[in-house]
Amino acid sequence: MSRTTGRSRRAVATASVCLAGLITVTACSAPGASTTDDGTADAVATGDMTCGTEDVTLSAYVETGFPLAQELFDEFTVQHPNVTFDVREDQFAVITQNAPRVLADNPPDLMRLPQVSELAADGLLYDLDAAAEAFGWDEWPASQLEQMRVDEDGRRGSGPLYAMGLNFSMTGVFYNKELAAQIGMTGAPETLAELDDALAKAKAAGITPIAQFNGGATGGLAFPLQGLMASYGEPAEINSWTYQQPGATIDTPTTVEAAAHLQRWIEAGYFADDVNSLDYSMMMSRFIDGESLFIFNGDWESGNLDTQMPGNVGFFLVPPVEQGGEVGAMSAPLTYGISARAEHPECAAYFLDWVATDETARTISVEVGGSHPMGPADAFLPEVADDTVTAQTLAAGATIGEDDGAMEFIANATGAIYAKSWTPNLQKLVAGEIDAAGLLAAVQADYESEIGG
Amino acid sequence: MMQTRTTGTTGRREVSEQSSTSAEARRRALRARRLRRGWVALGLVVPAAVAYAAFVLRPLVLTVQYSFYDWNGVTESTWVGAENYRRLVDNPEMLGSIGNALELIVYFSFVPVLLGLLTAATIRKFATSRLALVSRTVLFLPQVIPLVAAGIMWTWLLASDGLVNELLRGIGLDALTRAWLGDTSTALPAVGVIGAWVALGLCMLLLLAGMAKIDPSLYEAARIDGAGAVREFFAITLPSVRQEIGVCVTVTVISALAAFDIVYISTQGGPANSTLVPGLEIYYLGFFSREVGQASALAVVFMALVLAVVLPIQRLTRESDR
Repeated sequence: MSRTTGRSRRAVATASVCLAGLITVTACSAPGASTTDDGTADAVATGDMTCGTEDVTLSAYVETGFPLAQELFDEFTVQHPNVTFDVREDQFAVITQNAPRVLADNPPDLMRLPQVSELAADGLLYDLDAAAEAFGWDEWPASQLEQMRVDEDGRRGSGPLYAMGLNFSMTGVFYNKELAAQIGMTGAPETLAELDDALAKAKAAGITPIAQFNGGATGGLAFPLQGLMASYGEPAEINSWTYQQPGATIDTPTTVEAAAHLQRWIEAGYFADDVNSLDYSMMMSRFIDGESLFIFNGDWESGNLDTQMPGNVGFFLVPPVEQGGEVGAMSAPLTYGISARAEHPECAAYFLDWVATDETARTISVEVGGSHPMGPADAFLPEVADDTVTAQTLAAGATIGEDDGAMEFIANATGAIYAKSWTPNLQKLVAGEIDAAGLLAAVQADYESEIGG
Repeated sequence: MMQTRTTGTTGRREVSEQSSTSAEARRRALRARRLRRGWVALGLVVPAAVAYAAFVLRPLVLTVQYSFYDWNGVTESTWVGAENYRRLVDNPEMLGSIGNALELIVYFSFVPVLLGLLTAATIRKFATSRLALVSRTVLFLPQVIPLVAAGIMWTWLLASDGLVNELLRGIGLDALTRAWLGDTSTALPAVGVIGAWVALGLCMLLLLAGMAKIDPSLYEAARIDGAGAVREFFAITLPSVRQEIGVCVTVTVISALAAFDIVYISTQGGPANSTLVPGLEIYYLGFFSREVGQASALAVVFMALVLAVVLPIQRLTRESDR
């Protein structure tokens, strides 16, 4: 018996070795080499930036939970009956991790994009410069398109255009008007000191001052932190860091002041005690249930909040240190791109232009998306009732435009900086394991190691 | 082929002695039968072997290959030799994730095995009653709930306004309440509790099955000798289920080291990396940082670690059989 076992073991071993050898032989070429050869556009550009008259099916890969894209697709089909959409939906985190492979292997005509610089540098995105010229996007305020331009070194801010926004969103502070009235807060705070005062009063009144998500891999304290950075310093400096400009640093005296201010809020207990395990949806449900005075969030929730808490929500930008000082805010286009190997890139580009210029499309952008449409500063805007929070976020957007205070989200500096650096370090700040200066030094070190290597 | 062999032997048989010839013929016939059986066995094994090669061995070999490259998963890769392995040693975050996985063994393995022994020994006493059936079902239930659902459910229970904290408040232990998954000091044990809850059912059932095989006369003899319940447990029950304990420990240790779903759902590695485990780190490296080579290197090191932990357990159990 033992002889048989010994022999069969030998047989198995021999077979395994042969098999492993076979696999090794077939797998010896370096990974990834074949994909690059045809990474550039497969589609034959005709130079005609329309959808033509023949039937076209645009494949779209969009973010689930946000109805804006689907509403726009439906309206576009109504106006252009020859165009239909084949839509695939996923959560943003899934899209982020799938982006390179999807763009390369299963190229969509329209895709909700995460951070674009690496995708553009890898040659996976369709160059929209020709479309920009054909449609006159170059005449819009340059700041709208700046974040989606990537130069040949993979730095953002200049170079060819690789994506387009369905609209551009902006972050600030939403507040519950009823709770604000309870603590005697009658309007939006005009200085940081007034905001501090409101926070202290809420805390004293037993109201959770801020419900902010900061759990898991999504450090939501980056929202207040960036708002504070804009109050203390210059948005342009922060942008140059996010755009990976040479020598840029996030660790400056003003950003340390901003982080120290955030640290004081944490130490004063202004955030919910479980801030480090709170996720985005829990934050929203607590705010909507009237359990907290403030949340730091973006205007993409304006429409939702107008429906859920009509008349009871106010919005303001993180106020300046001195009264009347300039304000800044995270403001970024809701980026959509076209795969470099897409089947109908020109029709997709036409759709993106239509979103920015068609009056019905712009109305959908405001009413469903809650954010400002792309396009020229004097373009059509739908009427919005004054008592809605959407009206307030649109007005705040205009202020940001006047102050030139739009900033790209610091979490988008590199592909992994949010999940692997901002988030754990902000969670350490909450846990008291790191201080304001340590936070920025750590993030800067991670940033350098990532863009350097 | 068989034919030629027989012919060959016939030629030699003429010059050999009668008795040795018949013995050799028997041996050859036996060998031929074995060979035939071998071909049948091979035919049965091939489909599975092909699938195994395609979906287990090939990815394994490719992972080892990728670990020597700097590759973002899409564009051209660069050969970097052992650089990815060197960077693992330098990176406290990755070493920390391995430390967390080792700590999880306590919660995912030791706790459910000990509790499983305790509950199985208790249930065994009233094995035929309806109560035993109910307890078995209740304790096994977590095993059939998808891990993702279990993770979501426990994040609600462990939230600062969740049931666990409400119960603590209810019995006057307000000082103990906290955001269990949001506190860097309690997040890993809290994740451990979820894992222990899931694994308990399997361990209990395995150990109960092992206990059912024990000859009742052993217990009778022990009782006549004046042994109590505790003595019975240590003298008879525990040694008899050593093999089942081995299986439980192996399975749960692997699930602790390979933990991904429970951690991903409940904390995603946070807060501040306090629950980061290698499975999650490999996922972040591969899909977010797009460092496929680095992720592969960690995966290879991690596989070696799992084998280093599990193989001795296997060996111990096998020796105890003999």
